[in-house]
Amino acid sequence: MKLQASHISKVYNRRTILKDCSYVFDKTGTYVLMGANGCGKSTFLRICALLEQQDSGEIAYLDNGAALARDIALMRRITLLLPRTGVFNTTVFKNVAYGLKLRGLDRPAIERKVQSALEFVGLGPKAGQHGRTLSSGETQRLGLARALVLEPEVLFLDEPTASIDQENTEIIEEIIGAMKKESRSLVIMTTHDRDQAERLADQLLVIQDGILIQTK
Amino acid sequence: MDSITQGIIRAFELIFHLNAELFGIILLSLKVSGLALVIATLLGLPFGAALGLKRFPGRDLAVSAVNTLMGLPPVVVGLFVYLILSRKGTLGFLGLLYSPSAMIIAQTILAIPIVTALCQSAIVNVDPLIRQASRTLGATQRQETLAIIHEARYGIISAIVAAFGRVMAEVGAILIVGGNIAGYTRVMTTTIALETDKGNFELALALGIILLLLSFAVNAVLHAIQRKGMAPAQ
Repeated sequence: MKLQASHISKVYNRRTILKDCSYVFDKTGTYVLMGANGCGKSTFLRICALLEQQDSGEIAYLDNGAALARDIALMRRITLLLPRTGVFNTTVFKNVAYGLKLRGLDRPAIERKVQSALEFVGLGPKAGQHGRTLSSGETQRLGLARALVLEPEVLFLDEPTASIDQENTEIIEEIIGAMKKESRSLVIMTTHDRDQAERLADQLLVIQDGILIQTK
Repeated sequence: MDSITQGIIRAFELIFHLNAELFGIILLSLKVSGLALVIATLLGLPFGAALGLKRFPGRDLAVSAVNTLMGLPPVVVGLFVYLILSRKGTLGFLGLLYSPSAMIIAQTILAIPIVTALCQSAIVNVDPLIRQASRTLGATQRQETLAIIHEARYGIISAIVAAFGRVMAEVGAILIVGGNIAGYTRVMTTTIALETDKGNFELALALGIILLLLSFAVNAVLHAIQRKGMAPAQ
């Protein structure tokens, strides 16, 4: 699947955040969006993830050259990890199973996939634990497992390590690194950490003065 | 032995000897309040959910109005229902005045604002990240709403239990619209009022003790639900 952003602009409270952002995300791998705080990288990500509406321009998802309808079927082929993960008031296992239940998978498939996703992010032994007892770093890994279990074709990561400690940052970077090896997903993430961007990016993009520029 | 002590002893005798009149009164109380609660929940929960989830013009006014109605004076509700159900009233042709149905209507009116306001509060207090999480995981609008209601489930159950406590203890409205007819519309609270007037404290005290025990049970359930709703400590 290919994501094509054309001439995206967005104004908040009379302040232009995005002027004219165009880019085609057409290769599997990790695209990292950099920029100063408030430059509009999260806004651009949310617009690309169809969670926010742009003021002008167009977002198109293309499959074998054909544009896909903006519907729930498309929404279920992509997913976004927020900077802070909202945890459902239940166990770690049920938190990760939520998206699979929405998609109507049967119980054995859910159990297999959830356990595998939890092992992948290092939360396997905590499957039965209440989700809200996890540390902030573990919570973010829970969010990552919840996204990965859906095997999205496009995975958006919005500042995935912004609110966690160094140790968990390293763990999450390792997970993203492992994903790059195993997965055929298109990963688009934002970060304000230049070193992290350099470590993880296959393609490095910068948003500056509301314009998207490729630097790597 | 003073009359209170005598009354309490006699009250326990009535309770333990399964006095038929006493149990008839208790059953009718539970039936009237239970049905009122079911109807109030069916109407109040969707309304509370809409107030908690949707943004529309006049929403804040509606929330303030519902909160105000939580303090509705029961006698005013009784008078209002009486006037509507009386022979010359809008619904007088139904012949419901001085019947359990009239009592259910009055208690439902008292319970709806409680269920609505507390459900709205429970839903509006759900972490906004939950809504975003369910959306990013591919929930439809309906599934997103259900996820939020599910998150607010303990608060919603608390709202229903609180409304049950209120209607069980209510006396003014049901006395006006039910008429306190023995074996037909006489419930615990109206019997306590009547028997106290007559100086027959045994039955009044027996019912008072049962009402207190029921109130205790309701509060114990409420407390247990609230504890269950909290995430365990790390």
